[in-house]
Amino acid sequence: MNNIDPLRAPLKNARGLGSAKDGTRHFIIQRITAVALLVLAVYFVALLVSLAGADYASARAAVARPFNAILLIAFLIAMFWHGQLGMQVVIEDYVHAPGLAMTCQLIVRFVCFLAALASVFAVLRIALGA
Amino acid sequence: MPSTARPLSPHLQVYRRQIQMVTSIVHRATGIILVFGGLLIAAALLALTGGADAWACVTSLAGSWFGLLVLFGWTWALAYHWLNGIRHLLQDVGWGYSIAQFVRNGWISVIGSLILTAIVWVAVYSCGGIA
Repeated sequence: MNNIDPLRAPLKNARGLGSAKDGTRHFIIQRITAVALLVLAVYFVALLVSLAGADYASARAAVARPFNAILLIAFLIAMFWHGQLGMQVVIEDYVHAPGLAMTCQLIVRFVCFLAALASVFAVLRIALGA
Repeated sequence: MPSTARPLSPHLQVYRRQIQMVTSIVHRATGIILVFGGLLIAAALLALTGGADAWACVTSLAGSWFGLLVLFGWTWALAYHWLNGIRHLLQDVGWGYSIAQFVRNGWISVIGSLILTAIVWVAVYSCGGIA
């Protein structure tokens, strides 16, 4: 925590990237995924509304359409990425015991990553006709 | 005065509730809700690829009173997080920081999210409702 050490060149502090050792990367990706989700979430809700009352075959056919499959996968990746980044901040802010905080961070990362993989896999399996 | 007697800020027990803090807390709360909603989306997609029986489970759950409550809550959480997210992005580029704008935009998020939720559900029921 030597950020104000007068013997340090400013570049050294910049390379330290702050206490999170991650610079502004987290902040920026959170914003990029947020902007993507502004559009993709509206698309996803519109898709759901258009499928209201649809039977199994037509729901599958809708997901299988390349346009829908691609946008769905984009939505799923952006959503779970954004969700993980947000949960990370909430845990950093409110869980103060280091061991518990690390456990929570690992669980959130694993769950979000697995859910993203599983849902993208499901869309691909439907779209590629299994 | 000893340093421990100083008022701490912001301390929820003594802090007057106001739109600025409530919209911030609700943004986080809806974010957490939406992560769990995302898990349900993943489960529904797995059911859709799993077969007609699994999908029938999803639709009957979604059509039950509890399922409708979850879907309705998810819609509102998404609407709020979406609208208030726009507000946060605008604040990130330095817009909307006067107190009057801040309060007005907070109310836009709250009331707008209710309007968006109503629009979505009117659309759902005019498209044929939940199967």
